[in-house]
Amino acid sequence: MNKVIESSGISRSFGKTRALDNISFYVDEAEVFGFIGPDGAGKTTLFRIITTLLLPDEGEMKVLGLDSTKEYKELRKHIGYMPGRFSLYQDLSVEENLNFYATVFGTTVRENYDLISDIYSHIEPFGKRLAGQLSGGMKQKLALSCALIHKPALLVLDEPTTGVDAVSRSEFWDMLAKLRKHNITIIVSTPYMDEAMKCDRVALIQNGKILDIDSPGKIRDGFSRKLFSVRSSEKFRLITALREHPGTVTAYPFGDSVHVTLINDKAADSLYDYLIAKGIKDVSVQETEAGIEDRFLELMEKGATA
Amino acid sequence: MRTILFLIRKEFLQIFRNKFISKAIFGVPIIQMLILVPAITFEIKDVRLAIIDKDMTPESRGLISKLEGSTFFRVSYSTFSESDANDMLHRNKCNIILNIPSGFGKDITTGNQGKLSAVVNAINSSTAQLSWAYLNGVIGDYNMDQIRKNISYSQITVMPQIQITNRYWYNETLNYKYYMLPGILVILVTAIGFLLAGLNMVREKEVGTIEQINVTPVRKFHFIIAKMVPFLIIGLIDLALGLVIGKLAFNIPFEGSIMLMFFAASIFLVAVLGLALFVSTFSATQQQYMFVAFFCMIIFILMSGIFTPYDSMPMWAQDFNLINPVAYLMRINRMVMLKGSTISDISRELYSLTVLAICFSMFAIRRYRKIA
Repeated sequence: MNKVIESSGISRSFGKTRALDNISFYVDEAEVFGFIGPDGAGKTTLFRIITTLLLPDEGEMKVLGLDSTKEYKELRKHIGYMPGRFSLYQDLSVEENLNFYATVFGTTVRENYDLISDIYSHIEPFGKRLAGQLSGGMKQKLALSCALIHKPALLVLDEPTTGVDAVSRSEFWDMLAKLRKHNITIIVSTPYMDEAMKCDRVALIQNGKILDIDSPGKIRDGFSRKLFSVRSSEKFRLITALREHPGTVTAYPFGDSVHVTLINDKAADSLYDYLIAKGIKDVSVQETEAGIEDRFLELMEKGATA
Repeated sequence: MRTILFLIRKEFLQIFRNKFISKAIFGVPIIQMLILVPAITFEIKDVRLAIIDKDMTPESRGLISKLEGSTFFRVSYSTFSESDANDMLHRNKCNIILNIPSGFGKDITTGNQGKLSAVVNAINSSTAQLSWAYLNGVIGDYNMDQIRKNISYSQITVMPQIQITNRYWYNETLNYKYYMLPGILVILVTAIGFLLAGLNMVREKEVGTIEQINVTPVRKFHFIIAKMVPFLIIGLIDLALGLVIGKLAFNIPFEGSIMLMFFAASIFLVAVLGLALFVSTFSATQQQYMFVAFFCMIIFILMSGIFTPYDSMPMWAQDFNLINPVAYLMRINRMVMLKGSTISDISRELYSLTVLAICFSMFAIRRYRKIA
C-alpha cells in the first residue's frame, strides 16, 4: 500500500515555543487518520506544514510522494484543505464560492459533481445565499464541498467539527465515511475524543509531541490499569475527596461520573468505605471499560511526570 | 491566463456586492471635485486693514480711499490708538495695521519724505508676503499720483520710466482652479489605488480567505495581477468622471491629448497599486494598513508639488520625489491639461513612472508569500 504522508523528524518553533517536536508518522492510502489533542497541541501547525503553507525548521515531509517544501506547486493541485476557521468568501454566494474554487483548480462543478453530491445536495437549495449568512453546519458542508471540488487525493480537515452542533457533527462523519469509496485519504484533527473512534488510526498529540499512534481500539486497550467509575450526587465534594485519597493515582470527571485509577487495583472496596466515611452520599463504585480519553489522560500524565 | 480572469471576475463580484464601496467609488470623485477645487485657493481677497490715521489730512484720506478702492483691501477698523489696533490684530479682526503718523500729509506736499508703517499678520507667511506686496503696490501707485500732481509735465518726460507689459501663458486669467484641478485629480486616483486595493488584500488576510487561496495552484503573480486590474479600471473610470465634472462645473481647459493622460494615469496606477500591495504584505489587519497607507499618502501628496512649487523644494526633497509616483503624475497632468504637452515633452516622467511601476509590482509579488 502506498504511503500518502511520510513525516520524518518534523520540528517547528515559533520564537521560543516549540510547536512541533520531532514528529514522525505515516498515513496509508484511503485511510482516515485522526490527530487528537487539546488546543495548542500543534495540530494546526502540523497541518499547515502538510498543506505547504508553512516550512518546517527540521525534518522531511513527503506528501503524495512529493516534498512539501520543494515540490509544493505540484502538490497544491492534489490537496483539499479545510482550515479550522471558515475561510471561504462570505460575500460570495454558495454557488459562486463553489464555482470559483472549481475554476481556480481548472475544473468545473459538473465534472466532479458526483463526488460532492452527497454533501452539496444539503445546501444546494440555498445556492444563491451568501456564504456569510449560512448556519455553522451549512458553512461546514460548503467548505467541505469546496475542498473536494477538484477531486483531491488527500483531504486535510483542521478541526472541522469545532463549533458545530451535535447532529451536524455526526452527519459530517457519515459524509467522511462515504468519501472512502472514492479512494480519498483523509487526515482530520479534533479535540473531541468520541470522534477518534471513527478514524482508522489516530495519533495522540500534546505539546508538539506524538504520544501514541494506533487504531483507536488498540490505543484504548493500552490502558494499563483497572478503571473505576465512581458516582455520587455530590460531584464536587466527590472529586475533592477522591483526589485527597492516598490510594488514588488519577481522578478525572467523565460525564456524570468520575473515572478513578488506584495504586492497588484491588482496593476498590476500601475506596467505597473511605468515601462513606467522608460523609459523601449515594456513592457507587463500579469497574468500567476505559475509553480513548482515559488512555489519553493516562499518557498525558506519564508525559508530564517523565 | 484563464485563472487571472476568474480571479478578476471574483474581485468585481465582491466590489459591486459591497454596497458602500460600490457607491463610494462614484460618490467620492464627485464630492471631492466639487468641494476641493473651489475651496483650495491661494488667491488673496478681502485683506482686512486696521488704519491708524493720526494725520487726518486730504492726503491721508486720499491714500485710504485708494486702498478701499482696490479689490484686495477692506478697511475694517479705524482708530487713533495703536494698542486698539494691536488688539484687533491679536483677535484676528484684521490682517494688517497701517499707521499714518501725523505730519504725513504735510511732509509729502512740502517735498519731504512721507513715512508710513505697517504691521502684517504673518502666521501664514505666504499670505503675509502677498498682501504686503499688494499694499506696497497700492501705496506705490499713490506715490506716483502725488509725484504727477506736484511736478510739471516737462519734468516727467525726462524722468526715465520703464513700463512692462506681461502675459500669463497657459493660464491667462490666473484662474487658480485651473492649477488645482489637475492636482485634485491626481489625489483622487492615488486614493483609489492606494487605499482600496491594499485594504482589499489585507481583508483577505484578516478574514482568512487567503489561507484557502494559498493552498490552490493560483500563482503569486496571478493573485497580485487580479488584485490590480479591477482597481486600475476603477481608478481610470474615476479619472474620467473627475474630468467630466471639471469640464461641466469649472469649464476647465484641456489642451493636450486625453488619451495621453489616461495612458500616463494607467502606468501611475500600476505603480501605486504595486506599492499598496507591497505595503499590505506587512500589515496583518486593516487598521494597521490604514495607518501606514495614510502616512505614505500624506507624504507622497504633500511632497508631490501640489501646493508648493517643485523646484523650490530642498535638494533632498527633490531627490525623494524621484521615487514619488504622485510627483510625476502631478507634473504630467498639469502639463498635458494646461500646456498641451505631447508624449515627447513628458517622456522623462513616463519612463520614470514605468520603472517605478515595474519595481513596485515586483516588490509586491516577491514579498507576497504563499509559504509562511
